[in-house]
Amino acid sequence: MHQSAENETCAPAKSYPRKVVFSICAHIQQREMSPPEPVFVTPAGGGSEQSWMAGLLEHPGYDEERLRRVSEQLSCREVQAGLLLSLMGQPQQYCYPSLFIYGHRASGKSHVVNVFMKDLELPHVTVSCVECVSVALLFEKVLRSFFGCDAASLLPRSPSLSDFVRIYRQQSSQSPAKQTRYIVMEKAELLRDADVNLLPALLRLQELVKDNVSVILLSEIVWDKFRPNTGCFEPLLLHFPDYSKGELQQILSTDRHPSYSAEFYSSYINILLGVFYPVCRDLRELRHLAALNFSKFCEPVAAGKVKEMDTHKLWKNIEPHLKKAMQTVYLREVSSLQWEQMEEHESGALRGLSAHTHVELPYYSKFLLIAAYLASYNPARTDKRFFLKHHGKIRKTNFLKKNEKTSNHLLGPKPFPLDRLLAVFYSVVDSRVAPTASIFSQISSLVTLQLLTLVSHDDQLDTPKYKCAVSLDFISAISRTVNFDIVKYLYDFL
Amino acid sequence: MATSSFSRGCFVFKPSAKKKKMAVGLERYFTHGCEGSESSEVRFKICLDLWNKVKMETEALQDELNRNILDSLLEFTRKCSSTRDHSDWASQMRASEIPTAALVLGVNVPDHDMTFQSLSDLLRHSVTPHVASLQAKECAALKHLMKRVLERLMSTVVAVGDEEEEELQQTDTELQKSVHCSLTALCDWYISKTKKSSCSTPGKKRSSSVVDGQHQQPPVVIIFKDLEAFNPRVLQDFILICSRYIQRLPLMFIFGIATSPSTIQHMLPNSVSSLLCIELFQSLSCTQHLTTVIDKLILTSSFPFKLSGKVMQVLVSIFLYHDFSVRNFIKGLQLALLEHFHSQPLSSLCCRKNEARLNVQQLGPADLERIRQLPSFKRYLKEQEEQDNLMTDDAHLKDLCQKLIKDLHKYHKNYYPILRCLHCLTSSLPRYPLGKQIRELHLICLEKNVWESEDYQSAMKLLKMLAKDELISLLQTCAEVLQPVRSKKMKNALVQLEELLAKLKLLDAAAEVGPSVEENLTSPVRNLQKKTDLFQLQKMLLEMNESRRSKRMSPFEILRNEAVEFVDSLVKNHLSPPESKPLYEVCYYTSSATVRRHLNATPRTSIQAALSSPYSYIQELKERGNDRRMGSDSVLVVLVDQNQAVYCGVKFTLRLSANNSLKTEDGTVSNAAPDICIAYKLHLECGRLINLYDWLEAYSTVVSAAEGSNPDSDGFGKVDEVKHARFIRAVSELEFLGFIKATRKKTDHVARLTWGGC
Ligand SMILES: Nc1ncnc2c1ncn2[C@@H]1O[C@H](COP(=O)(O)OP(=O)(O)OP(=O)(O)O)[C@@H](O)[C@H]1O
Ligand SMILES: [Mg+2]
Repeated sequence: MHQSAENETCAPAKSYPRKVVFSICAHIQQREMSPPEPVFVTPAGGGSEQSWMAGLLEHPGYDEERLRRVSEQLSCREVQAGLLLSLMGQPQQYCYPSLFIYGHRASGKSHVVNVFMKDLELPHVTVSCVECVSVALLFEKVLRSFFGCDAASLLPRSPSLSDFVRIYRQQSSQSPAKQTRYIVMEKAELLRDADVNLLPALLRLQELVKDNVSVILLSEIVWDKFRPNTGCFEPLLLHFPDYSKGELQQILSTDRHPSYSAEFYSSYINILLGVFYPVCRDLRELRHLAALNFSKFCEPVAAGKVKEMDTHKLWKNIEPHLKKAMQTVYLREVSSLQWEQMEEHESGALRGLSAHTHVELPYYSKFLLIAAYLASYNPARTDKRFFLKHHGKIRKTNFLKKNEKTSNHLLGPKPFPLDRLLAVFYSVVDSRVAPTASIFSQISSLVTLQLLTLVSHDDQLDTPKYKCAVSLDFISAISRTVNFDIVKYLYDFL
Repeated sequence: MATSSFSRGCFVFKPSAKKKKMAVGLERYFTHGCEGSESSEVRFKICLDLWNKVKMETEALQDELNRNILDSLLEFTRKCSSTRDHSDWASQMRASEIPTAALVLGVNVPDHDMTFQSLSDLLRHSVTPHVASLQAKECAALKHLMKRVLERLMSTVVAVGDEEEEELQQTDTELQKSVHCSLTALCDWYISKTKKSSCSTPGKKRSSSVVDGQHQQPPVVIIFKDLEAFNPRVLQDFILICSRYIQRLPLMFIFGIATSPSTIQHMLPNSVSSLLCIELFQSLSCTQHLTTVIDKLILTSSFPFKLSGKVMQVLVSIFLYHDFSVRNFIKGLQLALLEHFHSQPLSSLCCRKNEARLNVQQLGPADLERIRQLPSFKRYLKEQEEQDNLMTDDAHLKDLCQKLIKDLHKYHKNYYPILRCLHCLTSSLPRYPLGKQIRELHLICLEKNVWESEDYQSAMKLLKMLAKDELISLLQTCAEVLQPVRSKKMKNALVQLEELLAKLKLLDAAAEVGPSVEENLTSPVRNLQKKTDLFQLQKMLLEMNESRRSKRMSPFEILRNEAVEFVDSLVKNHLSPPESKPLYEVCYYTSSATVRRHLNATPRTSIQAALSSPYSYIQELKERGNDRRMGSDSVLVVLVDQNQAVYCGVKFTLRLSANNSLKTEDGTVSNAAPDICIAYKLHLECGRLINLYDWLEAYSTVVSAAEGSNPDSDGFGKVDEVKHARFIRAVSELEFLGFIKATRKKTDHVARLTWGGC
């Protein structure tokens, strides 16, 4: 991948100042002592990390003091930060038109970019694509933060891309950029659902508005999934790899509790990672868990029972607690508030969210749901056998087809028409039910409750099709309350 | 706003006219076509009074029932908003989650509105002025959702304010226009708002003093009324956006959940649900709610209007079988109330005792004649001696009525306490011979003499097997039930009961002196409780009887029998069904069919009935004439769509033949019937697919016969243009009603959508 990125960087015939290429080379030269693939490689171990520590981020045109502060905040992201800085070049120089930064959740993409923007005081605007329910919002935000409210109010009611470009040009001719302006787009993957020409235009915005502006896209998804089939300007790609266990340890250890020693907190993080690292590598989540469980970890120390250094005893104390946390708060079965209260009161097991599955339904709704379940999981041709009193010759043996070995439950629910649902319903319900309006409205309320799903949408009037969306456990519990033995009626369990 | 129209369209609602005028309008509706219009005014007034009382009581009840859950919710919101700005280490490290209350309300969605209404009122009143409620149907896309949130939050505050804030409103709207709908706008608004309220002197702003006093940062509460119906995608995006602002804007969510809390996890992926801090709140189940409503509105003598057993049965079964909605139950009660006062001329006597006495004096000769015709009154007369006098002498009859009405009131006064006593004695017996709920017992008592039923006998037998402590505690609760009743008979009963209790307790003391054999005989009923096998129960009962007979009765047993006998006598005296009381028709509404027809309509059945036997509908139409302003050649049929309950009116053009011979003896299709009926009848004889040409031929033959043309003539059964057109119209009407549809399989065929034939 780094191959292709470099190819792009060196691609000829682009009318942009080629300082980018130059600065990469400079960057490489600076890091002569590092491994052979200096630019994109992840620092391998703790030992080499030290050599990457603060002070190595340097670039002409920026205040050194500030750069030092920046690199202090970006532990374990030195490589990416250095590369990014060299891509950005000096403030007044043109930057590459668009950068694409990708990596898993909480891999520090926003963090790195934000720290740069804030601490180096670069002119920038950060936009989250989730928030931009309309492109107007995006344009408005960009114009406002670059040229002030007046510029933003020039936008027409539902602005098009060209409106935006026109106003931007007009404004930037009045106040041209002294430094590179940055537009940071978070959750850029949502741009794919936006207007088709928005993404290509953003990628070469610099060219369109003739201004020193650069767009930084942040995404969890690789660039290959973005590329429009009509082709577009290729941005520079920058990958943020996942943090290793050691890196996580290092980053998490930095936010230690003020009243405890750094070693103590670090040993806590070590234990925490020992339990959670196999299931969770999300830095944000780990930090959250660390905060939630730290008070429990300190308990014996605070009570004076255990010394701070007695790691084994501390481990014995916290480990079962963390295991429990993994099944509850981590899955959000129990909220963090409840979890903390539980810690305080030592109350017994709290029922998690998914333990509450019981639903109270009106009598006929129960039968409608049972009928829907049967219609979803039984082949239609078997209805005769189940529901006809005198189904005559159809015996169990010759009506089981050999090739239908696969369980319908494995295949999932199948759609069925309303007619079939009602036919099954009238066969399973034990009393005579008039086909009243409320029976039909119960079907639609089951749909809104998401117990049934409406499958066919186009033809509402005559043959709507539904699927049953409840589990076997759920339906068994329901049928038990009405004394209906559902297993007897299920083709899979014959 | 609701309209009384069936059709869709635009409706203009003028600002509501003066109240008085409204009431007059209502009264006109009431008196129109009212049975016995002389007393209609009085009846209307009573009816309105009663309904207002019902409404008030139910609202109070709802508030009371919801109080617990609302209180804990309020507590939660307060806690959330107060813990937010802690600057300790842990809360800094923790991911800032959005506090979320998952409010599990049950599937009775129609009832939720009231709960949410009172919830947001309470929140506004005591926690925060910033509350927005959302419904899924107005939030189809993220854009709409955001817009609703902003509108509701910003304008609610504006609406409260005075002139000073009117300015603000203007700037707000400008702001909204310029910023579009993003949470940034809300943030700015919120900051300016809180700054303002903290600057203003506490004396000037009374309403926000709570907010000022408690915390400078009142939370912004967003209520999702029906979580299940929201588009998960929209909800996820909204939560993602909100989580970006949580540092600046103290947001809080309330999810209204109809099914179970696990739906949250079905709807939201972990990455989103990890942004929420969810706390669960479970509301009272709707069956419990119904029980209290019945307790307060129906099982009470303070309410003169009564439901007969059948009507009650209809309402309860609609609740249990169809919707679980307490609100609909009360609507049903309202319907019964209206129908009763509308259709029963004597209902002017259905009010409080003193009023009723006055109204008896006002009764006209026609009403008195009606009283004489009442079945219950006739029955009563038969038992009396001097009948002739009553049939002629109005003054005498009025006197008697006074007495009878008084008796009826007394009967009710005693009936309910005794019903409760009997219920509390029998509701803990194994297998619940007289029902678990008091409404079941009430239904039994309304139907017939309860003491004649087998279940009652077995309940009494079981009572005779109670251990001493059980018996004492049960009798004590009975005494508590009887305590507050102000009636002579109940007072007497209470005295007797207390005597019995005293005796039983004395026995206790005596037993302590000399331990009797009784002590080691533990309660067999208690053992029975666990095994509720019918066979075993009967065996046990038999054994009991045997041993009883063989042994001499102990003093406790004698007392116990006495107590049961006493209860039995109370039941026999006071729990006779209302039918046995003269003039019961005045208070009891009995027409269960009407209630069912109105509340649980069967549109398909009625359409089919209309099509297969049009004569009944057309007859009725003719009788009504122009009275109802319905053209005499069209019938309005209300069709309920199969899955959406969409109402649309369908007009049939009926060709009424002069001789009106729609009715045929053998039930076959009369050829004089309207076109659509003929087409319908013919299509019933077909299979899944109908050949249109065959259908047309058959139709043409039938219609020709109706026109009286000679079957032997050449033109008979020929399809002319007019017939063709009429046929096409009938077919398209049938298609519109959902009986047939076009198929792609065969172009000249249509598919039948209903099954079954003639
Ligand atoms: N190297 C680091 N040093 C210190 N903190 C870090 C580092 N990397 C990430 N973090 C912290 O982890 C959290 C998540 O990081 P960030 O928001 O940058 O992730 P992200 O890659 O943008 O994730 P997403 O794709 O979900 O937006 C932030 O609170 C950030 O402060
Ligand atoms: Mg990010």
